[in-house]
Amino acid sequence: MSEQNDFERRLQQARQKQGLEQKPETTASGALPGGGWRIGLRAGTEVVSALIAGAGLGWLLDWWLGSFPWLFLVFFVVGGAAGVLNVYRLINPRNSAR
Amino acid sequence: MAAEGKTIDALSQFELTHAFGPIGAAVNFTQSNAHMLAAAVVIVAVMAMGIAPRAVVPGRLQSLAEMFYEFLENLVTGQVGHEGKRYFPFVFTLFMFVLFGNVIGLLPFAFTYTSHIAVTFALAAIVFLVTTIVALALHGKKFFGYFFPEGAPLWLAPIIVPVEVVSYLSRPISLSVRLFANMVAGHVLLKVFATFVVLLGGLGAIGPVVAVLPLGVNVLLIGFELLVAFLQAYVFAILTSIYLHDAVHLH
Repeated sequence: MSEQNDFERRLQQARQKQGLEQKPETTASGALPGGGWRIGLRAGTEVVSALIAGAGLGWLLDWWLGSFPWLFLVFFVVGGAAGVLNVYRLINPRNSAR
Repeated sequence: MAAEGKTIDALSQFELTHAFGPIGAAVNFTQSNAHMLAAAVVIVAVMAMGIAPRAVVPGRLQSLAEMFYEFLENLVTGQVGHEGKRYFPFVFTLFMFVLFGNVIGLLPFAFTYTSHIAVTFALAAIVFLVTTIVALALHGKKFFGYFFPEGAPLWLAPIIVPVEVVSYLSRPISLSVRLFANMVAGHVLLKVFATFVVLLGGLGAIGPVVAVLPLGVNVLLIGFELLVAFLQAYVFAILTSIYLHDAVHLH
C-alpha cells in the first residue's frame, strides 16, 4: 500500500471518529443484552407499563369529561393492544426494517 | 439491624429519614438526597481527577474515566448515529447518576436512591420530555406522523393512533419501573437472606453451621447485584439512546 493511500485511510478513519463523515454503514453496536429470562422480564414490564399508561390516560380523560367508566374501559383495552405492540417492537425493532 | 423482634423486616430499608440532623429536618433533606449529592460528588471527582493528568499512558483513575467516556460514546453513536454526539452529555450524565446510585447503594449503611419510583420516574420523565422536545424541534409537525405509520389504510386511524400514543406514553413508565423494580428486588433479597443468617445463627449449637448457607447465598447475591447495578444503568442509557434515535430519525 502506498503512503498516499495509507494517509487517506487514516484521515477517513479520523474523520469518521469525529463524526464529520457518515460511516459507510451504521454498526448496531451495543444491542440490548439477550438471554431468555431477560427478554421475558422486559416483555412483562412493557405489557404492564402499557396497561398502566392506557388505564391512566383513560382515567384522566374520564375525570376531565366526567364519563367515568367508559373511556377507562376503552383505554384499558387500548393499553393492552399497546402492550402487545411494545412486545412486538421489542422482538422486531422498528429501525431494523430499513 | 436486620432482625429486630425476630421477624423479617425487608422493607424498612427503603424508608426515608432526615440527614444532617435538625438542619436537614428543617428543609426536608433526606438521606436519599444526601446519597444523590454524594454520588454527584464522586462522579465529578472521578472524572475531574481522572482527566486532570492528561497522560499519554493513562494511570488507573484516568483509564477509568476514559473507559466510561469511550463506553458511552460508542453506545450513543452506535445507537443514534453520528448525529448522536450532541446528546452524549445527556446520556452520559444519566448513566453515571444511575450507575453510581446503584453501586453506592450496595455499600453497607448506604441508601439506594434508585430504589424509589419517585426518583426513577423523575429521571424517566426527563428522558421522555427531552426526546419529545428534540423530535418536535427537529421535525416540527411531522413528529405527529410518528403515531400513524405511512401506508396504513386511513380507516384504521381511530385504532392505530390511540394505540401508538399509549405505547409512546408507556415508555417512561417501563423505563422507570424496570430500574426501580430491579433495585428493590435485589435489596429485599439481600435483606431477607441477611435476616436468615441472624435468625438461624441464634438457634443453639447447630445454628451457626446452618447459618453459613444463607451467608454464602448473600455473598453470591452481592456479586449478582453488582452485575444488576451495572446492567440496569446500561439498559437505562441504551433505551434513552434508542428513544433519541427515534426522535432524531423519526421512524
